[in-house]
Amino acid sequence: MSDILLLLPFLALIVINVLPRSARGGAWVVCLVLFAVQTVGACLQPFVTLDWSMLQPLEKALGFTLVVDPLSIMLFITAGIAGMAALLVGRATHDTTRAQFTFANLLLIALIGMNGIAMVRDLFSLYVFIEVTSVSAVILVALRDGKEAYEGAWKYLLLSAVATVLMLTSIALFLLGTGGITYADLATALASGTPMAWIAVTLFLAGLFVKSAMIPFHGWLADAYSEASPAVSVFLAGIVTKATGIFALMRLAPAMMEAAGPVREILLVAGAVTAIGGAFLSLTQSDMKRMLAYSSISQMGYIVMALGGDAKLALAAAALHFFNHTVSKAQLFANAAALETRLGTRDMDRMGGLGARMPVTAGTSAVATLSIAGLPPLAGFWSKLLIVIALWTAGQHTFAIIAILTSLVTLAYFLSLQRRVFFGTLRAEWDTVREAGASLLVPTIALAFITVAVGLAFPVLLPILLGGGI
Amino acid sequence: MTIMTIVLVLMVLAALWASMTTLLLRATIGLALTSAMLAVVMFSLGATLAAILELSVCAGLISVVFVSVISLTQTKTFKDILQHRKGRLARFWPLPVVMLGAGIALSFVHSPVQIALPLPGGDGDVRTVLWNLRQLDLFGQILILLAGVFGVMVFFKRESKDDN
Amino acid sequence: MTIEIPQAFWYYFIFFVLLMIDGLWCMLATFNLLRMLIGLEILMKSVTFFLIVAGYLSGRMALAQAMVITVIVIEVVIVVAAAGIVLGFFRKTDTLNVRNARSLKG
Repeated sequence: MSDILLLLPFLALIVINVLPRSARGGAWVVCLVLFAVQTVGACLQPFVTLDWSMLQPLEKALGFTLVVDPLSIMLFITAGIAGMAALLVGRATHDTTRAQFTFANLLLIALIGMNGIAMVRDLFSLYVFIEVTSVSAVILVALRDGKEAYEGAWKYLLLSAVATVLMLTSIALFLLGTGGITYADLATALASGTPMAWIAVTLFLAGLFVKSAMIPFHGWLADAYSEASPAVSVFLAGIVTKATGIFALMRLAPAMMEAAGPVREILLVAGAVTAIGGAFLSLTQSDMKRMLAYSSISQMGYIVMALGGDAKLALAAAALHFFNHTVSKAQLFANAAALETRLGTRDMDRMGGLGARMPVTAGTSAVATLSIAGLPPLAGFWSKLLIVIALWTAGQHTFAIIAILTSLVTLAYFLSLQRRVFFGTLRAEWDTVREAGASLLVPTIALAFITVAVGLAFPVLLPILLGGGI
Repeated sequence: MTIMTIVLVLMVLAALWASMTTLLLRATIGLALTSAMLAVVMFSLGATLAAILELSVCAGLISVVFVSVISLTQTKTFKDILQHRKGRLARFWPLPVVMLGAGIALSFVHSPVQIALPLPGGDGDVRTVLWNLRQLDLFGQILILLAGVFGVMVFFKRESKDDN
Repeated sequence: MTIEIPQAFWYYFIFFVLLMIDGLWCMLATFNLLRMLIGLEILMKSVTFFLIVAGYLSGRMALAQAMVITVIVIEVVIVVAAAGIVLGFFRKTDTLNVRNARSLKG
């Protein structure tokens, strides 16, 4: 069944491109259906067993080496949700059919790239699919025709290419050291413990840190996120950076930590620095999307820090936070899109009192911010709790305390966001502002609903999560 | 071994020239020369297919892209460039020194590495490997080319719209 | 080939490091977009070279070649995308110099 996750989006890509020009307005529907199928299918996968034997000749002919495990299923679900949200936001914010069509195409290519990242079993293929996703993301950022967008796209492209160079050097070293580049060869190389293996691991980690915007490699992220068009921001912040950087770390970190060496410490320190630094940087922002971008950096730090925790819990905690953060951050960027389209500005100092004019946006935004800040019983609370427990049981008490303290800073900047945007007195210039349109409200409400539902159903979900073997 | 050394030195010198020269067009030529030298290295190490691709794509196609972008964006007069040269020199003169120093320093270090033993008889033909073992990479190549096509369509249409 | 393998590795490794230094310097010591792209290309050249050397020394030349072919294809797409961004940036600002046209902070 694994091949289908690459081939079905590819088929959709072909279908929407052979359609007559007049039917291109419907391309986004095809994509939406595809994303929905992927999400629902991946959600049901643990409970339903389907017979895929009829696909065997095709799989044999293609000969792709792919493996699906619980971690990849988590990425399928998350990517599907973020893709749907981005498509709906794009429908509301892209003014031409052409823009919407290009957006849908690149979204599909990025989705295939991410599905590939989830399933590959060798370092070089991982690099190839990371590159597929990054390049389509760079082009997506540059879709908005403005100087700032080009600058953001440029920084993204340049830093991601430098990360590529680091990863390729590391792959070459692995090839020299073990003669192979599959994940199994990686484990062999690490078990041998030669200096070269460690240099290679460090280089690969550095590459992934750049891709996942760990401080001090975070410079590109805020520009790319804040200057992209609203729908692209939803997609980038929701899933792209996480899939290309964090997910690859989640995939490789356990094997790297099993071998002796400082990988655990590197992950803990890099994660802690990023979590704190990102949180304090977002306190100082007045551009709404920039604040959300720095908040993303901080939360990525959280996920990386979680990986250094107790072996049994670490991956589950990281995966849950990965999911929760995608849902909430995609939703916050959708809210930012609603504000930007209605007000024409992202400057929070010019906003205020908008809760009265845009009650749904204000309410859903409150759910998402409180979830990321970690207030019970929302979804974000549980994942942060798991992260703290994972760190504490591993004996990393300092880092557990850092995680809790960073949560407080997170709460501080999100309260400041809510206060500056939605509370207080309404400025006269916004007297005629109306609530955002339906295609912006549908994704925000749905995502807020997921946040609440996951939070409430967490006692039911936890056994599935842990039993799933993530 | 000596011919190999000459080619490698030429490759590094071409790259150095590409990064030092003031005119962007010359830098592009330097880059193409680096590619060509790299192709020679690949050829003499036995990577014929990759060498051909490097020569045609990197030395050829990428240079064409560079030259067209340069010709589309050239605004400076020759006087500006002369003015600019002084500032550049201040930033770039340490580069050859650093590279020379690094090269000499590294050549005195004894290699600390251990390398996996080579497979006896090699690992087969590149075409077999590419088509029978690395199909996933080929699929990725198709995807990234498609992404590039969409990028070209986006950027190019924008250009022509502006001209009207 | 008469010399030992680790020594052969070091011989190639020196040239790889030199190209790396050159490319990084070229990228960092400039404010011109195209010049940064040239620096990036030099970095890609160095890593392509290193992959081939790795394949040659470990006797996996076919695998290394297959990888290098993929890398070259990806490199071209990256350069084309970068060229598109450079052109767009130039159209908006009439300069290739990021220092003259800087607006994003932090």
